Amino acid sequence: MNSFTYTRAASVDEAINSFATHSNSSFIGGGTNLLDLMKMGVEQPRHLIDISRLPLNTIEDREGGIRIGAMVTNTNAANHQLVRTRFPLLTQAILAGASQQLRNMATMGGNLLQRTRCYYFYDPTYPECNKRQPGSGCGAINGINRIHAVLGASHKCIATHPSDMCVALAALNAIVHVHGPSGPRAIPLIHFHRLPADTPELDTNLHPGEMITAIDIPAPKQAVRSHYLKVRDRNSYAFALVSVATVVDLASDGTARDIQIALGGVAHKPWRAATAERLLIGKPLDETHLRSAANEEFKAAVPHTGNAFKIALGRRAIVRAITTAIS
Amino acid sequence: MAHPNDPIKIGRRDFVAITVAGAAGFAHAAETQADASPRRVHLTVTINQQSHAMELDPRTTLLDLLREGVHLNGVKKGCDHGQCGACTVLVNGTRINSCLSLAVMNDGHEITTIEGLSSDTTLHPMQAAFVEHDGLQCGYCTPGQICSAVAMLEEAKRGAPSAVTQRLSQLDTIELSDDEIRERMSGNICRCGAYPGILAAIRSVAQEGSRS
Repeated sequence: MNSFTYTRAASVDEAINSFATHSNSSFIGGGTNLLDLMKMGVEQPRHLIDISRLPLNTIEDREGGIRIGAMVTNTNAANHQLVRTRFPLLTQAILAGASQQLRNMATMGGNLLQRTRCYYFYDPTYPECNKRQPGSGCGAINGINRIHAVLGASHKCIATHPSDMCVALAALNAIVHVHGPSGPRAIPLIHFHRLPADTPELDTNLHPGEMITAIDIPAPKQAVRSHYLKVRDRNSYAFALVSVATVVDLASDGTARDIQIALGGVAHKPWRAATAERLLIGKPLDETHLRSAANEEFKAAVPHTGNAFKIALGRRAIVRAITTAIS
Repeated sequence: MAHPNDPIKIGRRDFVAITVAGAAGFAHAAETQADASPRRVHLTVTINQQSHAMELDPRTTLLDLLREGVHLNGVKKGCDHGQCGACTVLVNGTRINSCLSLAVMNDGHEITTIEGLSSDTTLHPMQAAFVEHDGLQCGYCTPGQICSAVAMLEEAKRGAPSAVTQRLSQLDTIELSDDEIRERMSGNICRCGAYPGILAAIRSVAQEGSRS
């Protein structure tokens, strides 16, 4: 691990100022991903600003929705009564990820900022990774790419976003609140992460020096149903090959008044399945309609040598997740 | 108390210590830095009910502090990347991977390691259960398994759900089925495959707890 200096911030403003006055700074919350990447030599900050004790650790009722502070741990968010009763989808998704020990440390803000588990990114002994070293190439495109993206990837990068939690937040229309040198702003979760395009080194639309302060989830409509389906190589403590978070507002005649579908494990960001959503609104959610919508969603998918299975798996996962949600 | 900066004597165990120190930074790094922030940090932690004040390199993980600084060698370094759970300790009663936590970020916290679970002559009920049910073969993962299991029983008692809990809206104590125990212990890997014994040990303590 490279040498660094360390300070603990007493306030959000102090943290942001500290970032501005030290070159190559990084905020650290739970540290579960950052420290791992520092041990690997992927991240090499010269200055760490400990934000874990900032007063950003509450969960509040916001007119039927909730605001979750950025430093709330994944465990405390998943366990919270308001989350479990109003947004069980979020609890399901958080508990589907990592291990209890990691969730006890990992923060909500940090989960949003966790980096891809692409082998070529994570191991600097591989010379090629445009995300780690812009312009160096992509080892995965012609390499081992079983866990990689089939939607929205580019010729520069086919990494996936590893989070379960963010997939649920994408389906729940969450808003990310950030604070930085130019003041506060709010970013819809679905616009928080980026597709790789020509700049895969940028995971998110955060500006330098901005930190996440809270996540808002708007009030749910009456009696929505939801489900998080995670498909992985083993039943626990593994990243998703494909995951689906869905929120369904079902009319009394069995048609979808509204539906949100987000996919994990298939793209560089939590992927809102907008095509499938559009095709399903107003339709009965039977197998025929679900299959057809899922097929359309994956029409633009681009497989690589090791991950073509994700297309069939993703289609079926959409059908199963929605069927489970409404049953 | 031994200090992370004490001179290192070369023995078999100390050879490991030097290797670890090189990575974790007990040794004072020689490189210079442009900014004026302190290179060493102060830390006060309570470990197994004993207070420790020290100064260390900020790179030091809680795991390296416990093993190399305080010589509590019960806690184990397996993968050092949060994947195996051998380094599990309790921080303020909560189980974490000590390899992924900077020591300095635990300033003021209360740490409990496997050594802090038992008294001088009496095993913790979870330790006794692991012996009784053959919950180990080589034993390397065992301190982490036991610390994890002790915290896990408290989580279930408080009603914390897991990925296999069916009714998330039900907030009271969760009954620990074998599936619940397996899911909740999935962050602790046992390369010997002593899982049936580990499961039986934890189940026996859980059932004892729910009877009392």
